[in-house]
Amino acid sequence: MEQNMIQLTIDNHVVEVPKGTTILEAGKQIGIEIPTLCHIDLKGTCVKNKPASCRLCVVEVEGRRNLAPACATDCMPDMVVHTNSARVIRARKTIAELILSDHPNDCLTCPKCSDCELQRLVMRFNIRKMPFNGGEQSERKRELTPAITRNMEKCIYCRRCESVCNNVQSVGVLGAVRRGFDTTIAPTFDKMFVDTNCTYCGQCVAVCPVGALTERDYTDQLMDDLTNPDKVVIAQPAPAVRFALGEEFGMEPGTSVTGKLASSLRSLGFDYVFDTDFGADLTIMEEGAEILHRLKKFLAGDKDVKIPIMTSCCPAWVNFYEHEYPDLLGHPSSAKSPAQMFGAITKTYCAEKMGIPREKIVVVSIMPCLAKKYECARPEFKVDGNPDVDYSISTRELARLIKRANIRFTQLPDSDFDSPLGESTGAAAIFGITGGVMEAALRTVYEVYTGQTLPHIEFEQVRGFEGIREATIDLNGFPLKVCVAHTLSNARKIMDKLRAGELDYHVVEIMACPGGCIGGAGQPYHHGNFEILNARRNALYAEDEGKKLRKSHENPDIQKLYKEFLGEPMSEKAHHLLHTHYSDKSIK
Amino acid sequence: MKLACNVVEQVEAICDKHGNKPGELINILHEAQSMHGYLPEEMQRIIARKLGIPASKVYGVVTFYSFFTMTPKGKHPISVCLGTACYVRGSEKLLDEIKRVLNIEVGQTTPDGKFSLDCLRCVGACGLAPVVTIGEQVYGRLEPKDVKKILDEIPD
Repeated sequence: MEQNMIQLTIDNHVVEVPKGTTILEAGKQIGIEIPTLCHIDLKGTCVKNKPASCRLCVVEVEGRRNLAPACATDCMPDMVVHTNSARVIRARKTIAELILSDHPNDCLTCPKCSDCELQRLVMRFNIRKMPFNGGEQSERKRELTPAITRNMEKCIYCRRCESVCNNVQSVGVLGAVRRGFDTTIAPTFDKMFVDTNCTYCGQCVAVCPVGALTERDYTDQLMDDLTNPDKVVIAQPAPAVRFALGEEFGMEPGTSVTGKLASSLRSLGFDYVFDTDFGADLTIMEEGAEILHRLKKFLAGDKDVKIPIMTSCCPAWVNFYEHEYPDLLGHPSSAKSPAQMFGAITKTYCAEKMGIPREKIVVVSIMPCLAKKYECARPEFKVDGNPDVDYSISTRELARLIKRANIRFTQLPDSDFDSPLGESTGAAAIFGITGGVMEAALRTVYEVYTGQTLPHIEFEQVRGFEGIREATIDLNGFPLKVCVAHTLSNARKIMDKLRAGELDYHVVEIMACPGGCIGGAGQPYHHGNFEILNARRNALYAEDEGKKLRKSHENPDIQKLYKEFLGEPMSEKAHHLLHTHYSDKSIK
Repeated sequence: MKLACNVVEQVEAICDKHGNKPGELINILHEAQSMHGYLPEEMQRIIARKLGIPASKVYGVVTFYSFFTMTPKGKHPISVCLGTACYVRGSEKLLDEIKRVLNIEVGQTTPDGKFSLDCLRCVGACGLAPVVTIGEQVYGRLEPKDVKKILDEIPD
């Protein structure tokens, strides 16, 4: 046996693990699923929460008087562990009953019903009554923001949201306050989310095991609009949605459902089924042009030009720099996000072409994201109070809507998106992953800058799940230094360096969610399983590879849009419709 | 209400004295409170920034320990003992009377800033139960009817 390996016995199975492995992890290795509510460890990203607070993972270790929490107890040589003795099972049930004593039992109408980790454990422990009913359910806050719904009565104090908000995103809004029955997890100074520097990244929602933090649901509003004969309802699903939606219908993670997605939207009654991927190609045209514009100035010795230029399609990232780095607002590209570009074009170019007045059009984006809901409500993205994108629903909300409408998703035939805003390239497909926007931009920037065809279309250097990645791209002898980061704690590292004048890159891409949009807060819950993210990634790159066109500037509909309507990238019209500005939103 | 410049400097000096170490948070809060009387939001933000930790962590600690307070204490802080001995000898009635006379709840301060009201568990003078402390002064064997007179006699 190797020196750093130890051997122990769990439920009569002998298992060998590296030193420092917890009993919980060792059990998993041999197929023993020890229950837990608070623990989460999304390997491959930095999403991790190990407070040993729920105590549901207790196990019996021979020779120890007390039961031990499996998530916080390291394996020792020759340890003998029982995860399913009568004593353990009884204790676990009692712990769950105690959690239930301070938890509302309105499961039937809870937004988390059937996807709730507590509910699953209650079923697993065969709890049929609540012996500790009537516990002190102190009143706790509820809040409805444009993006996130908070109902702290359902909170079980697992602290996962606190871990992601502080450690993964470094935003530091959520934390435990007070003690005993008065304990709650709340934004700093018991403020409402809307009064804090919350970015609405929604990663707290993505890890919440119960219904305390959920997305703001817009499906009822959408049903109303879809059945209103006076409205023309237009769908635009984001790149990352199609690599995850199938999971909600029992399909294998990593199944690409692009064709079924288009069919299901049509079955739901959308008048036009377009594609945010078109908006992504458009973003590359504008952002790419802006990159080249700034680079040229920089190379000409302009001292005022803001280098590095940073991507601006992730709305949580936009909120982050507006809150925390108001002194650096010149660095992010002024290009709007793909969804907002799409909205602006739909309600101008497209409305004109189809002869429909702006007020009659309802643009609905289907996003892997919760911050997009907030983005729709931003005043910059409205014309006389009418938003370019009316509202945004998440991948999960779309799945619920499809089920409500009696559509058998898995049986649907594949179909294409509608013209003229339905065509897209492989470059748009990869927007849904960390590094994807950078790679898509490089494909276009390289060809426009050098005037040559890319010898190798994939930029493997910027792919992967490492928190911060850097690469140097040879642009005809000019070394273009680029950097890609995901999660806001990594973004903070980069911004702090930039503020200190120590950043040596030309282009930087940031996405707020771990893994990028495929790990977005609006996606089907991963419940801590990293393999799901991996499968979505593989499906996304496969989609790109299968596309005939893989560079945004080769999209014929994009070329037509510029010819007929916009002129050229960064033209006055393009600037008016496709670019935005940022403002200081720091909390004083 | 914004903190005065010299208060900001004093708080920063306290953080510096402790090497701006996150592990020193409780000591820093102790000193800041004894210097300023209470820990307003802005002060907690300054401490968070100096220590490089989220303000949510600071606020979590401040709300966890009942010793820390975010409301300014009165010039004469009143504490009513609700320890076992005082409680069985009627300290809750004393507390109700003080609340009635001053028209404030536990944890609050009178609008003129003269009195603030808190509860505690045992000051070690059980022989004098029920006990109330006002500032450093201990009052023992009180009855509700004594309350108004004592409070009236305390100078502004």
